[in-house]
Amino acid sequence: MFGMNADWSLEVFERYFTIGDYAGGEARWCPGCGDHGILTAVHKILRDEQIPPETTVCVSGIGCSSRMPHYMGTFGFHGLHGRALPIACGIKSRRPELDVWVSTGDGDCFSIGTAHWIHAIRYNMDMTLLVFDNGVYGLTKKQTSPTSPLGFKTNTHPGGAILPPLNPLSVTLGITNVSFVAQVVDWSPPLLYEVIKAAHRHKGTGFVRIIQRCPVFSDSLSKSLQNDPDRVLLLQHENGIPIDASAKRQFSNLIEHDPSDLSAAREIAQDVSRVPVGLLYRNPDAPCYETLTSRGVEFTARKRLAGLNAALDRFTI
Amino acid sequence: MEASQVVETVPRAELIHEHIVEIVSDSGEGAQKAGQTFGSVSARMGNGVWTVEIIPAEIKPPARSPAGASGIRIRLGSKHITNMGDQADLVVAFNEQVLYSRIANGAYKSGTVLLIENKWRNDPVAEIQAQYDRALAEFRENGLIVHELPLEEACREITPNPLVGKNMFVLGMLCHIYSRDLEIARSEISIIFKRKSEKVVELNHRLLQAGYEFARESLDLQYQVPPQVEQGQKRFIVTNGNTALGLGVMASGMELVSMYPITPATSASHYLADVFHEVGGFVHQAEDEIAAIGFAIGSSYAGKTACTITSGPGLALKTEILALAVMAEIPLVLAIVQRGGPSTGLPTKVEQGDLLASIFGEPGDAPKVVVAAATIEECLHFVVMSRRLAETFRTPVVLLTDANLATGQQPYPRPEPSTEWLAPPIDQTEWDPTVPPYDWDAETGLSPRPIPGMVGGHYVLTGLAHTNESKVAYDSKSNQLGCDMRSRKLAALAGTLKPPKVYGDPEGELLVVGWGSTLGAIEEAVDRAREQGHKVSSVHLRFLSPLEPGLKQIFSRFRKVMTVEINYSDDPAAPLITPDNRRYSQLAWLLRAQTLVDVDCWSVVLGAPLQPGMIHQVLLQRLASMEG
Ligand SMILES: Cc1ncc(C[n+]2csc(CCOP(=O)(O)OP(=O)(O)O)c2C)c(N)n1
Ligand code: SF4
Ligand SMILES: [Mg+2]
Repeated sequence: MFGMNADWSLEVFERYFTIGDYAGGEARWCPGCGDHGILTAVHKILRDEQIPPETTVCVSGIGCSSRMPHYMGTFGFHGLHGRALPIACGIKSRRPELDVWVSTGDGDCFSIGTAHWIHAIRYNMDMTLLVFDNGVYGLTKKQTSPTSPLGFKTNTHPGGAILPPLNPLSVTLGITNVSFVAQVVDWSPPLLYEVIKAAHRHKGTGFVRIIQRCPVFSDSLSKSLQNDPDRVLLLQHENGIPIDASAKRQFSNLIEHDPSDLSAAREIAQDVSRVPVGLLYRNPDAPCYETLTSRGVEFTARKRLAGLNAALDRFTI
Repeated sequence: MEASQVVETVPRAELIHEHIVEIVSDSGEGAQKAGQTFGSVSARMGNGVWTVEIIPAEIKPPARSPAGASGIRIRLGSKHITNMGDQADLVVAFNEQVLYSRIANGAYKSGTVLLIENKWRNDPVAEIQAQYDRALAEFRENGLIVHELPLEEACREITPNPLVGKNMFVLGMLCHIYSRDLEIARSEISIIFKRKSEKVVELNHRLLQAGYEFARESLDLQYQVPPQVEQGQKRFIVTNGNTALGLGVMASGMELVSMYPITPATSASHYLADVFHEVGGFVHQAEDEIAAIGFAIGSSYAGKTACTITSGPGLALKTEILALAVMAEIPLVLAIVQRGGPSTGLPTKVEQGDLLASIFGEPGDAPKVVVAAATIEECLHFVVMSRRLAETFRTPVVLLTDANLATGQQPYPRPEPSTEWLAPPIDQTEWDPTVPPYDWDAETGLSPRPIPGMVGGHYVLTGLAHTNESKVAYDSKSNQLGCDMRSRKLAALAGTLKPPKVYGDPEGELLVVGWGSTLGAIEEAVDRAREQGHKVSSVHLRFLSPLEPGLKQIFSRFRKVMTVEINYSDDPAAPLITPDNRRYSQLAWLLRAQTLVDVDCWSVVLGAPLQPGMIHQVLLQRLASMEG
């Protein structure tokens, strides 16, 4: 890339990042899997925002969804089932300048990682939290997930899921200090891009539940929604997420929703007859835990030593 | 040290070289504060000191109950003191019931002086009067020298609320009995109550003075304990082991402790929560132990090696993610303050039951460094060492301490830290992209570590089997190589260690091997046996994984080798137990496997620190059976 200096000489910008800079290994998700589209959106956002790959960290748990770090040309941490969030929070704690992304699944986040989900929302550290929700355990071949609908047939419930599903939106919206909640479907690429970009720009934990196609194990779930777009409720507002014409064509059910209105967001989330997409809630002023956890990172060795000597002196006899 | 001020002799005071004092009460009566202050005063006067808390298992046990015994033991002497010793010489008790549990623990002997609150003799409840009379008759029968004293009544002359003031009154009494310098005691009181008002400090000074005079007038009991000679001009600090752990975290330059509360580990984090900000650090209280270690691992991965502190049940929860740190070679310090197990076990009491869980607790092969502090001073220095080992060897390091070290207090040389102790600033230089993220040295398994922020350093860390490029690899060769390399690091570390020092002669009849907080008690027992002419020596291990080198050679110079530990082993004389099915104590398991020497063991799980007298008896028995 080139720019022009005042003395008319050419300045070579040291670094401009292309999509290729954010791409890792070739994605091995099944053909038709919604995860591909999510990855593409993330690559584009990083490119458009020109985030240096070396200061970007993608953290995940275990599951199909959690393979995402491998397909990124950034730092990655493919950890343990359910434990992406504590690790992501720890990364952020003393390195708040790093751009942290978390990719997790409905089982990873809403089942084995439930405690961390609740508390990470409360910590509200500045990161982007993408839950790839296919309503099933994909990697382990079709077991019931907390978001599998009642009656959905799986290998653990061959007669159909026997409990009504957990509602991740209303749970998240009920957590103290929640600051960003959005929902989107993977089959609306422009909306997906805008929603994730807004979550990424948000200062705090940007929680995005992505309803994701798994043609192998839960095809019927996404198909039924795709075939019945009227069940989708598109949320629009001047302070919300930019919605382009194609999304409006895709989802004709459109309502005005002010994302600063938490009670309205909760009401929308409660109504399970509809699938809201877009921004439910955003509070840019919620405190972020890293302002506390990173206190003192700037201390010099001399200052640390002085503090230590003072501490030791208190016990000196 | 202010030893020089007190060399003047006190007339009439009996010269002694060591005493064990206990203050026992219901919980909440301030016995621990009085005892700790007495210990600090004694340390400042140049005595060797070891204090150990007597902790009830419940937060609010019923008053006047044996199970509620709360208090403190202070062992002071003219030599360096390394353990709690055997039976007490003098006990101050606020009621008679709490003494029963101490008696059941063998804390007293015939001749132990008991100073007891006598208000119960006239208690309005007849049953209490009767209990008191019965108990005292019993105590006298057992040889205790009983002085019944109106402690609360005497305090009431100073304060309308003697219940909260009598601990400082007792401190004053002890200061007279042991010829302590009241000026030092006054300054200690000023330090303890520095956050309280001037009035509170002044009241406690008056209680101290009153207790001092009360003892002078009502007791014909005075001792003098000369200071240690060997301490010289060095500066000393007095802390318990958990405070030492906290100081070690700060001295290591680690900036983050991530924890979930669990007894007896929590007080280390309490201490840090108070002062960590002064060195720019932060204590994160996580939602559970898994999150606590996960958070620490995240920070370590990002270049700021962190510490997580827990106890046995917490270790159990952390195992899966600890194995991830091993697998992905993430530096981390995991401090475990051991308590009695299994399960919730004995939350407040000591055990050395987590050694094998620390080394072998994870599914699959998860080689990591495991070290154990043997003294309170080591609780501090070993954190500094652990952080360095973790980073050099790119591995988690487990640092074991226990409830005995955690709550024991002792003077030790004040560390003189330098910037080299601290973690270096994170490396953000460019990474040569031709160097893989696990550029294992084929011989040592060591490799440099890319850190987020390094241009060209990006890689995807994974807990799956991987190549040196950190690429997921399920093939046989890659898995074998990864396992080899991670294990090789322990061999490389072992190569840098020296064989342990033998305490006593390098050859003889019986060698005792120990680890952790039992050091002082074992060596004192060995001393006693050697004074009787027995050829006994001991070795105390600090590195448990890898084990220190040269053990087999050391063992070969003794007719018999045995471990002494605070964890479970079958008594060989118990029903059904045969040499074939006997379950050995944990270090014995390890040493037998590693050295193929027929290492014997003696271990108990009494929820109490080992006393030198107990160990001495065991040594004599074993020696006798060897002759037989
Ligand atoms: C401790 C632990 N328990 C169980 C598993 C097995 N496991 C791996 S992924 C997974 C479920 C994944 O489902 P989800 O999070 O919805 O991700 P998806 O594959 O559907 O994207 C399970 C149960 C594991 N790896 N670790
Ligand atoms: S199993 Fe389902 S979720 Fe997993 S990669 Fe295939 S399509 Fe995607
Ligand atoms: Mg799923």
